[in-house]
This record gives sequence, structure tokens and C-alpha cells, in this order.
Amino acid sequence: MTWAVLSQAFWLVFDPYVLLVILCSALFGLFVGCIPGLTATMATALLVPITFFMPPVPAVAAIVTATAMAIFSGDIPGALLRIPGTPASAAYTDEAYAMTLKGQAETALGAGLVFSAIGGLFGTIVMVLFSPGLAEIALKFSSFEYFWLVVLGLAGAVFIGNASILKASISLILGLLVACIGLENPGAHPRFTFGINELLSGVDLIPMMVGMFAVSELFRYMVDTAPPPRMAAEKIGNVFKGMWGLLTKYRWPLVRGSALGTIIGIQPGSGADMASWMSYAMAKKFSDEPEKFGTGHVEGIVEAGAANNSSLAGAWIPAIVFGIPGDSITAIAIGVLYLKGMNPGPSIFINNPQNIYAIFLVFIIANLIMIPLGWLTIKLATRVLRVPRNILMPVILLFCIVGSFAINNSVFGVIVILAFGLIAFVLEENGFPVAPAILGVVLGKMMEENFVTSLIKSDGDPTVFFTRPIAMWLAIGTFVILLWPVGSWAVRRLGARPA
Amino acid sequence: MRFNDAISGSALLALAIAILLNVRTYPSIPGQSIGPSAFPGLLAALLAVCAVILIYKGLRERIVGVRAWVRPGDWLRSPHHVGNFLLTIGVLLFYILLADKLGFLICGVVLLGVLFWKLRVPPALILPIAIVVTLVIHTIFYKGLRVPLPWGVLTPFAW
Repeated sequence: MTWAVLSQAFWLVFDPYVLLVILCSALFGLFVGCIPGLTATMATALLVPITFFMPPVPAVAAIVTATAMAIFSGDIPGALLRIPGTPASAAYTDEAYAMTLKGQAETALGAGLVFSAIGGLFGTIVMVLFSPGLAEIALKFSSFEYFWLVVLGLAGAVFIGNASILKASISLILGLLVACIGLENPGAHPRFTFGINELLSGVDLIPMMVGMFAVSELFRYMVDTAPPPRMAAEKIGNVFKGMWGLLTKYRWPLVRGSALGTIIGIQPGSGADMASWMSYAMAKKFSDEPEKFGTGHVEGIVEAGAANNSSLAGAWIPAIVFGIPGDSITAIAIGVLYLKGMNPGPSIFINNPQNIYAIFLVFIIANLIMIPLGWLTIKLATRVLRVPRNILMPVILLFCIVGSFAINNSVFGVIVILAFGLIAFVLEENGFPVAPAILGVVLGKMMEENFVTSLIKSDGDPTVFFTRPIAMWLAIGTFVILLWPVGSWAVRRLGARPA
Repeated sequence: MRFNDAISGSALLALAIAILLNVRTYPSIPGQSIGPSAFPGLLAALLAVCAVILIYKGLRERIVGVRAWVRPGDWLRSPHHVGNFLLTIGVLLFYILLADKLGFLICGVVLLGVLFWKLRVPPALILPIAIVVTLVIHTIFYKGLRVPLPWGVLTPFAW
């Protein structure tokens, strides 16, 4: 890293336009996260049509800032309404609500805010320290290694944290099949286009994501039969009171949560939701007072609140270095980077290092301004939560329509959001997770390309996939993940057998 | 609405077979063993295997009697919510079919107005909010981002 690059990155970020984008997307993210039913992924999907018209650095800055804010502000309705604002807060919603009932709403929200920011900064530091080194290794990768890396990522998306591995696999295969649509394939033969010209270049990523993550949520709101929730606290005091005490008391849970969150973020396919569930469980396991968990005890919120924000930065590591998204948010972000011609991958560290360092800077800024802006949101929370959703949701639908139209200036984008909104709605109703599908769509082209290139290079000999040294280790890693459930099932079977 | 896994599995199996039949018609690249049909063919085969397992699981649950063939969700028993769902699809279709003819402004106001009315927004507020929101979105995208939103019948009044 030279000073020239760093100062270039500095000027890219500290441009009035970029700072304004960061501020607006921060407020947008805080608002979306705070409203139950609007997720951080949806915030990204709604932002993408706007970022489409921006240069790369502000486009990425908007996504990074909005998601970091949304993951934090998802804690707010959790504490006040017992409804997580985003799925990443679900793990400790009951805990936070119990604290509110005990009159400790400000401590629950303050811990969520302060430790989210610290967790986010932790993940950022890991990203800054490790991605350049990883990129240097990645430069030596050929199509064989990339093929395995993609398979490893997809295997992780299916096998980690899904209730039904079978359904997650089906979802993934469907996503990969969607990626096959169009002309871009060996032989340039139009596949699955049904004679529709718009499909020759494949299904457009942005309308598809708007459909899967925003329109499907709107359908879910339209059929939601749950009665409107009641607010548990009207007035919230000083959220920073007692935070220093918590910081010194729970420094190890904080470090543990941040580290676990970063690792889970790096692992493709599992993001903030998984990070907060796992670290909440870990906090309880290692706590000196596990009996207090669930009764309104702040320790789990400290650890899991840090974990879900640190996972966001973690997820960007494989996204920038290999072009393999760590979760559905980075999957969308990668789509944006490709559209901007800023193709992720190790060569970006050589060709455009200033852009990478600009992204690092944005992460730091986002986590720092989270403290004052988050404080403001908590202060206004009781009012934000009263925003009438029967007005908000139709407005979001109109926004989705215009956003999907804007990508190609064609009404075909609106057809795509309707189709994929319905598909995602039906899939989720039937227990098929949507995240593997989106990773499949984003990685499908890369997987086929590297698979076909490798086979052509080796004259159709598949053993080459295993004989190159790095490829072999990646293959072993993949098979460990693939065979893990089988192995643990066999061990349980053997263990259960009477001696 | 939850379908028994055997039903979802059968639909997926049909899809896999359709894809396998379709990729058989793809041309091969002369002199190469691997062409455009290889990757989707492999995926469809994997999908077929998963679908068969899903059908087996669904049938087993059905025989034990835990799962009905179709379990309608709570919302399907409430005409109000079924109406919401169908209307959302309806307004999207309305936009897709008529946006070019009627223009964005009219379609936007109608779409918002109908949904507001169905979601029980106070009647006096419906039209003012629908018009203001449509104009704001129009200004952001048409003026700000230069997206050529259609004017339709309002073309003579375009600004």
C-alpha cells in the first residue's frame, strides 16, 4: 500500500457527493431496518436501481452504509415491539424485549448500537489486514481452483444453517439453471429463451433481485394475518449510560462475537442472520450466568449484536478477492460491481487499488457515523415505528416498478419482478430458502465458464481437477463440507447403537 | 399455501425432464466433447435426483399421515387477504399492459390509489397521497436520473 494510493482513495471518499450519498443511504438504511418486514437485503435491492446511475465508489458506499445501518436498526423494533426489524436481530429479540419490559429499553438499544459499531469495525480491520494477502494468493489461481472455490462457496450456502439441505440444494440448482438462460455459453446457443429477445442476454440481475427480495416481501405483507403489534415503551432515556461498564465487563464476549461473526461472514452463503444465532448460542454457553439468558440479560445482545455487524465486513472479503459473495447482500453488490465494470477479483488490487481502499474507508466511516445517527433513530423510534405501513408498502411497490424499468428502460423489467417475486414467495411458503438460489444465479456463469475452460484445457480429463496442489486442497475442503452431514449422521447412528 | 413435498417434487421432476429433453436438441461444438448442453444437462440430472428424494419424503409423510396434500395458510381462509394478494398481482399486470398507453403518471396514481383503498387508508387521503408520491417518484427518476418514463396519453402535456 503506497501513500499515493491511500490519498487517492481518501479523495475518492471525501468528495462532497460521496459523503452526501453515504449520509442519505445511512438514513435510508436506518429507516428500512427499523420497519418490520423490510430487511437489509431488501434495502440493498431497493438501492440498486439508484446506484445504477452512480460511479462505482459511491454506488458501493451506498450499499455498504445502508446495510450496516439496517442490521443495527433491526434491533429497535425487536426491543420495542418484539418483532425483529431484520432477520439478523431475531436471535436476541426476546431478550431485548424482556429488558424493555424490565424498564431497561435504553440499555438494550444502547448495547445494540455501541456493540454493532465495534463489531463492524472489528470486521473491517480483519478485511483490511487479510484481503490484500489473500488477493496475492488468488492471483496464482487458474480455472481449476476457481471452479473449486465456486463449488466450495455453493456447498457452504447449502449445507450451513439450512433446515432442509435437500430443499436448499434444489433452490441452488434452480438458481444455477436461471443463470443458464441466454446466449452466453460455450457455443453461444440461445438456451431457455422461449423466443423472447429480452432473454438472449440472460435474466437481468437487478430486476430479478428486486423481485426476489422486495416484491416477495410485499406479497408477504399483503397476506400477513397477524394483528398490529403494541409498543412496549414510549420514552427512551440516555442510551449511552452504562456502556463503558458493559464494555469492560463483556470485553471477551465482544471479541468472541466479532471474531465468530467475521468468520461466518467470510464463509460464503451464511451471513448476518446465522452469525447472530450462532454467537447468541455461544454467549450462553460460555457465560458465567447462563441462567439469566432469556430473562432480559444484556450479555447475549452484546455478543450477537457485534457478530451480525462484523459478518457484513467479513462477507465482503471473498466478494472482493475472489468475486464470490459471502451472503445475499454481497451477491447483489457483486452484480452492481460487474455492471460498473469494476469486476471483483484479485486483479482489482493491482489495477484499481484506490477503489478497494476507498471501500475500506467507507466501512470505517459507516461504522463511525452509526453511533450519532443510530442515537437519533432510537430517539425518533417510536415515531418511525408509527409510519403507516398500508401507505408505505404500495409506495415501495411503485418504486420497485420504476427501479426495474430504469435498468433497460423496458417494461420487461416489470414482468421480471412480478415473475421472480411470485417464485420467491411460493418457494419460501414451501420451505425452500431463497439465499442459495441467488448465489446460484450470481455464480452460475462463473462456475460453467471455469468448468468448461478447465475441461477444454485438460482435453476432457477430469482428474486434473484434483492433481494441481491448491485445487486438490480446495477439493478436499469441498468434500469435507459435502460429506459432513453424512459423516455426523453415521457417527450418531453408531453412537446410538447399544454396546 | 404449503404443498406436500411429493407435489412440489413432481413439479420439479417435470421441470427437470423438460430441461433434459430441451438440451438434447442443442448443437455440439465440432471437435469438442463439451458444448452448451453439458452444464444445464448436468444440473437437470441433479435436480431430477433431488426431486425424486423429495417425492419419496413427501409420500412417506403422507402415509404416516402427518402432512395433508395441501395445507392452505391462514391467509387463504381470509377473503380480505386473498383479495390483497390477487390485487397486488393485478396492479402489476395493469402496469405491464397499460403503462405505455396511459403513461406513468396515470398508471402510478391508479396503482397506488387502488392499493391504498384495499389496505383501508382513510378515503380523504387516498388521492392526495397517490398523486404526490407519483409526482415525487416521477421527478426523481425522470428529471433526476433521466429515465424515460412513458407519458402515454399525457404526451401533449409533457414537461
